[in-house]
Amino acid sequence: MIKYLKLHDDKCVGCMNCVATCSRMYFKEENPAKSRIQVLGLGAGKFHLVACDQECRKCVAECPTQAITVNSQGVVMINKGLCVGCLACVAVCPIEAMRFFPGDSTPFKCIACGSCVKTCPKEALEIAEKEDSPASRFPFEVAEAARKQEASK
Amino acid sequence: MSGPFDMKNLKLLAQATFEPKTVHRGYAMRTLHIDVGACKATEKAVSEDMKQRFTGGKGFGLKLLWDATKPSTKWNDPENEIVIAMGPVCGNTNYPGSGKSLVVSLSPMTGVPIDSNVGGYFGPYLKFGGWDALEIQGKADVETIVFIDSNEGTIQFYEAPAGLQYDTHLMAEELTHAFARDEKDLQSVSVVSAGRGADHSPMGLLNFSLYDKRRQGIRVKQAGRGGIGAVLRDKKIRAVICRFSGVKQNLNDAADPAAVQRLGLKLHREIVVNDDKQCKMRKQGTAHLMEVMNDYDLLPTKNHKYGQDPKGPELASWVWEKLFSQNLPDGCWFGCTMACAHAVDHFLLETGPYKGTKVCVDGPEYETAAGLGSNLYVYDPHGILELNFYCDTYGIDTISFGTMTSFLMECWEHGVLNLERTDGIDLSWGNWQGAAQILHDMADGKRFGVLAGKGVKFLADYFAREYGADAQFMKDIALHGKGLEQSEYVGKESLAQQGGYYLTNKGPQHDEAWLIFMDMVNNRIPTFENKAEALHYFPMFRTWFGLQGLCKLPWNDVEPSDNAKHTEPNKVPEHVHNYYELYTAITGLPLTWDDLIHQSERVYNFQRVFNLRQGHGLRQDDYPPYRAMGPVLEDEYLAREERYDKQMKEKIGVDPTGKSVAERVRITREFRLAQYDKLIDAVFKRRGWTSQGVPTPEHLKKLGMDLPEVLEVVKRHL
Repeated sequence: MIKYLKLHDDKCVGCMNCVATCSRMYFKEENPAKSRIQVLGLGAGKFHLVACDQECRKCVAECPTQAITVNSQGVVMINKGLCVGCLACVAVCPIEAMRFFPGDSTPFKCIACGSCVKTCPKEALEIAEKEDSPASRFPFEVAEAARKQEASK
Repeated sequence: MSGPFDMKNLKLLAQATFEPKTVHRGYAMRTLHIDVGACKATEKAVSEDMKQRFTGGKGFGLKLLWDATKPSTKWNDPENEIVIAMGPVCGNTNYPGSGKSLVVSLSPMTGVPIDSNVGGYFGPYLKFGGWDALEIQGKADVETIVFIDSNEGTIQFYEAPAGLQYDTHLMAEELTHAFARDEKDLQSVSVVSAGRGADHSPMGLLNFSLYDKRRQGIRVKQAGRGGIGAVLRDKKIRAVICRFSGVKQNLNDAADPAAVQRLGLKLHREIVVNDDKQCKMRKQGTAHLMEVMNDYDLLPTKNHKYGQDPKGPELASWVWEKLFSQNLPDGCWFGCTMACAHAVDHFLLETGPYKGTKVCVDGPEYETAAGLGSNLYVYDPHGILELNFYCDTYGIDTISFGTMTSFLMECWEHGVLNLERTDGIDLSWGNWQGAAQILHDMADGKRFGVLAGKGVKFLADYFAREYGADAQFMKDIALHGKGLEQSEYVGKESLAQQGGYYLTNKGPQHDEAWLIFMDMVNNRIPTFENKAEALHYFPMFRTWFGLQGLCKLPWNDVEPSDNAKHTEPNKVPEHVHNYYELYTAITGLPLTWDDLIHQSERVYNFQRVFNLRQGHGLRQDDYPPYRAMGPVLEDEYLAREERYDKQMKEKIGVDPTGKSVAERVRITREFRLAQYDKLIDAVFKRRGWTSQGVPTPEHLKKLGMDLPEVLEVVKRHL
C-alpha cells in the first residue's frame, strides 16, 4: 500500500493554511516557497493543489546516491545525509512536487505527514492509501531481485 | 573493512599527514606532490599568478609538468609525472558534466604532453581534501599502492600485497573493499589504476573507478589516450586511491550557490525534456551516433578505407539500447543528468581468462563501438562487448587498440601479415576472436601481442623494414599523428576535420574540434579563412572544458529548443552563456565569452611551446597520413568514383574522362595535399603562429604568456 496526501481541488478555497502549516512545520517560518504543498490559483475562485502522489517515483530512479527511497508505508523519502543537492529529482518531477529553496542544500517534498490536513477548514486534504501498482516497480529493483536470485543459486 | 586480503597484513612503507582544507570559490590554492621513489608527499602553494595564467585543470597540469621535467625528459624517466588536476568548476553537483579530472603526462606514444579528460570520483574526492592537482613523480622500488584519505589528511604508501589481482574489474573491486571503512563507505573510495596491458604496451590507460550503488559493484571510466597507464606502471604503481566521505552540495564554496543551482536546474530540465527528442544520451550514450555516421559515410570501416557499409545498421543505436541494462540514468559524477555512462550487465565472456563468467561491461561508447566494430568489419555486438571488456580490464585504450588492429587487418588483407608472422592469429576482417587473441597476448606480454601493442607508427616502419612491405603504403594507412592513433571519424571529405584532427597539440583526437557536419554536410565554412576561424575557435573553446574539470557532452549533445534561431547554432550560444555564468557563480571572478577563449588560448599556446621544448611540434608533425585525407587505393577510389570524378571536374578543374584510375588517384592526392597545406597556412596565421607553427613572441605577449622560459624556447625556432 502507498500512503499519500489525497488532494481535493474542488473543495479548496485558497486559504493557504496548509502552506503556512507546512513551512512552519519543516522550516520554522511562514514562507510559501518553503512549503511542500503548493496551492495554485486558477482564477474564478478555483485552485489546484500540488503535492507528491508518492507513486510515480521518477525521483527515486534518478537520484545518483540513492538518497531517495520508498519507506515501508510506500512514502518517497529523502535521506539528507546522502543527498548531494544535485536537484536532478527536481528536474524530473513531472508535477513540480519536488521543491527546493534557492541556496539551500537539499530539496524537499511532501511525505504525507498529515499536518496540513488538520488545518484545512474545507476537508480538501486527507491522508489516504492506495494500491502499490506493479507499474511503479523500477528496473533496478527487478535487477536487484535477479541478482539476489543469481547469487542464491 | 575486511577485503579479500587483510589490511592488517599490508606493509606500510611510509606515511605523511596533511591538514585537510576546504575549497574556497572553486580553488584550494595548493597542489600535492608525491614522490613514489622516496615515498614522500609535499604540498605546494598555488600562486595568484598561476591561477590567473593557467586557470586550472589541464592548465595547472601542464604548468606543473613543465616545471618538473626537462627538454630531454622521456616518458620513462623518473622525473616524468602523472598530473591529475581538477579545475575550479569540478566537483559541483549541480551542473551536468562537472566531475572531470584532467590527466597530463609525457606520453610514451608521442613524446610530448598528453592530456586526457576522465570521469569517475577520484578527482572530486581529491579536490575536497583541499588540492587543485596531484603530481606523481619518481619510480618506486617495490610495487606500490598510494592511499590518500581526504577526510583524515593522511597519505599512505603501501607495498602491494602479493595476492592482489591484476585485472581492473577485480583489482578495483578488491581495493575499494579494502580501503572503505564499511559497507556504507564503498562509494567514498575511488581507485586509479592501470592494467596488465600497460606492462607490455605503450597504449596502456588509466582506469578511474566509481562505486555504482545500484549495481553494487565497480565501474571504471578511462583516461584512455596516450598511454598514461604505461607511465603509472613504469613507476611501479599498482593503484592510487582516494577516499572522501561527505559529498554534498556546494563543497566548492561557490560565490553564488543559488546561481549554480539555477544554472544546473535549467540544464537538468532541458536534458529531461529534450534528450529523448535529440541525442538520447540518457538511453544510448554516445552510441547514438552509430547510424548517423554510417548514413553520412563517416563511420570508419576497414581501417577508414570506407565510411559506410550495408551492415552498418547492425550496430545501430537501437541495438545498443536493447543491450544496455537497467534503462536508468548512469552518470559518472553526481548530478549529471546527461548520464551517458551505460553498461551491459551479466555479459557472458567467450574468450580469455574469464571465459564462461558473467561480467559488467562499461559501454561501449561511440568510439569503441566504431573502433572495435565497423573499423574491424565486426558487426557482432557481442564481439565488440567482449573486446570492450578486455580492453578495460587489461587497461588498454580502445581507440588506439581499434585503430591499430584495423591497420593489422588491412596488412593481413594485403599479405603483409600471415599466420607465421602473427603467431597463428587469423586477422581477416571481422574476426573479432583474432583481435581478442591479440589483446590477451598484450596482457600476457607474449607472442604477437607484444609487437602489435607498439602502435601503428612503429608497426608501419617495422613491416616495411622487416617484411618488405611498401613503405609509402604503410605510411599511408597507419592512422596516427605524432604517434597517437586517430579516433573514429572518417574525415576524408572534410578538410576542416583533417585539420581538427591533425592540427592538434596531442595528436588526432576528436576533443579539439568536430567540424564534419559544419564543413562537409552544411557547407557553413567554405573558405580557408572560415575553416581557419573554426579551427581557432572550437579548439580554444573546447580546451576550456579541460581547464574547468567539465565534460564536453552537455555543451552540444543536448541543445536548447530554440538553438537553431541563433546565427551561430554550432556554438550553442545559450550553453556558452551558462558556462561563463557558472564560472563566475563559483569563482566570483567576472568572465566574458572573449575571456573564456583567452583562458584557453593561454594554455593552448603553452602546450604548443611545450611540444617544441620536447623536440616536436613544428609544421612537419601536423600532417595526416593520406588515408585520413583521401583514397589511397584504386578500389577505394572506385567505391566512390562518382564523387571523386565530380570533384576532379568541379574543384580541380580536370576532366577525368579517359584517365586511368591510377592517374585519377594521383591527381586527387596531389590536389588534396596542396589543399591541406593551404589550410595549415590559414590556421597557423589565425592562431598567431609562424608558418612553421611556432607561436610568435608578439602573440604570446598579447595573451600574457610571454614568460621567460616560454620565450626562450620559441626564440630558438624563429
